[in-house]
Amino acid sequence: MAQALLEALNLQVHYGGISAVKGISFVVEENEIVCLIGANGAGKTSTLKAGLALVPEGRGIFARLTVAENLAMGAYHRRDAAGIASDFERVYGLLPRLKERASQVAGTLSGGEQQMLAIGRALMGRTRLLLLDEPSMGLAPLMVEKVFEVVRAVAAEGMTILLVEQNARLALEVCSRGYVMESGLITLADTSSALLADSRVRAAYLGE
Amino acid sequence: MDILLQQIINGLTTGSVYAVVALGYTMVYGVIQLINFAHGEVVMIGAMVAFSVITSLAGSGLPPLVIVMAAVVAAIPSCMLMGYLLEHVAYRPLRHAPRLAPLITAIGMSIILQHLALLLWGRNPLAFPQIIDNRVFGIGGAAISSVQIAIILLSLTMMAGLSWFVYRTRFGIAIRATAENVHVAGLMGVNADRVIAATFVIGAGLGAVAGVMYGSYYGIAHYTMGFSLGLKAFSAAVLGGIGNIAGAMLGGILLGLVEALGTGYVGELTDLCHWPIASGMLAGHCADGGNFVLFGSNYQDVFAFLMLILVLVFRPSGLLGERVSERA
Repeated sequence: MAQALLEALNLQVHYGGISAVKGISFVVEENEIVCLIGANGAGKTSTLKAGLALVPEGRGIFARLTVAENLAMGAYHRRDAAGIASDFERVYGLLPRLKERASQVAGTLSGGEQQMLAIGRALMGRTRLLLLDEPSMGLAPLMVEKVFEVVRAVAAEGMTILLVEQNARLALEVCSRGYVMESGLITLADTSSALLADSRVRAAYLGE
Repeated sequence: MDILLQQIINGLTTGSVYAVVALGYTMVYGVIQLINFAHGEVVMIGAMVAFSVITSLAGSGLPPLVIVMAAVVAAIPSCMLMGYLLEHVAYRPLRHAPRLAPLITAIGMSIILQHLALLLWGRNPLAFPQIIDNRVFGIGGAAISSVQIAIILLSLTMMAGLSWFVYRTRFGIAIRATAENVHVAGLMGVNADRVIAATFVIGAGLGAVAGVMYGSYYGIAHYTMGFSLGLKAFSAAVLGGIGNIAGAMLGGILLGLVEALGTGYVGELTDLCHWPIASGMLAGHCADGGNFVLFGSNYQDVFAFLMLILVLVFRPSGLLGERVSERA
């Protein structure tokens, strides 16, 4: 069995007297893409915030910095100049749109480009695990497709990804395994293909 | 003498000092949204330290230029230390307090520093010894002194240096990232405490040089000099768009120009004898080239604050203060 990169055991999150996450357990293994799906308010984002959100919802890019500066910030904690330079090339290769806009102020990018920038910035940090919080949020359908292409490309490089997403169909199409969250609890856990075939998932999240 | 050109030269000189001081306000504001009202006093301390160094070395026989350099070299670390202590002792404990608390603390620190200077340097205005031969050059009917040339060049150099630091270095990018979003910058591994302390220290270092320049330009240093200089530089920062580095530079120079031109022309413009309607009624005063001036050049200080009011009314975000909107 592959090594677990992230393992949550009976995770709980409370806001005041309200419990958003009521004790869930899940695991993300090396080199796999796992998704956490569920309706709005099911507790998905709270789950990520309990750990660490590297690509936060709303993206959190620096709007007044240029694209290149945003990427450089991703590598801020690193000291290996050569490694940073080669990662710039790697990110630009993966996300050519960012290269075109390298010297542009990030606030002028479209929503999808900002999402790509957020992913690129996370890659610059040489993270072993990429946490993506609602990458499709607020994007036009065409842009959502593009962002998910990027997610697939990043995954193809061997990156481990935990994807939190409301758009269940899209998420399950990229992921190998998925967890379904409902009112702070994980109600289903299976491989993506099994979940896509599951009648409850189809009824509740795929609109069938 | 060409009054217009002369006032432009004078305005560029004071304006570049305002710009350098304004950078101290705007950098700190950009990162923690605090108006550091004690910054003017830090500038004053810079002038005072320089005064002490110059007077104590004046009789030593060292070349005048070396003495002035020594004064600047002594003033910069003194002010940097002061800026560091200000942040550490007065503002850091209030980082998460309601915004009014650090603002009142800033005013308190300003009063404390003024009185510290009063105790150390006395209540009388101190005459800055003019040890460097201040040569005056004529250009196009106006005069420019070597001190003015030095002030303008030194200010421009410092502004260029700061721009390079903030826009081209790793730590400079981290400062701008922190200014925009402390939380996300923290996720990237930026130590916010270090960035905040650095903005105070850098601003104070620039302020120290500004204090020496201001003192040698007017030939005087006084424990209250930081108050009006600080307020004007703050107005300049607001004029350019507080939090915006390029804005502070532009605002400072513009404010200096408006002030100099206003001072230069206000007498002529408000001389009622030039106004056909009034000159008839004031025939007695205006006969034989007489004047009836409403506002003279002693209204110099009005212009900076008039600008501040106009900016706050018509363009509260300042000239360059347009924020790039962040899409959610």
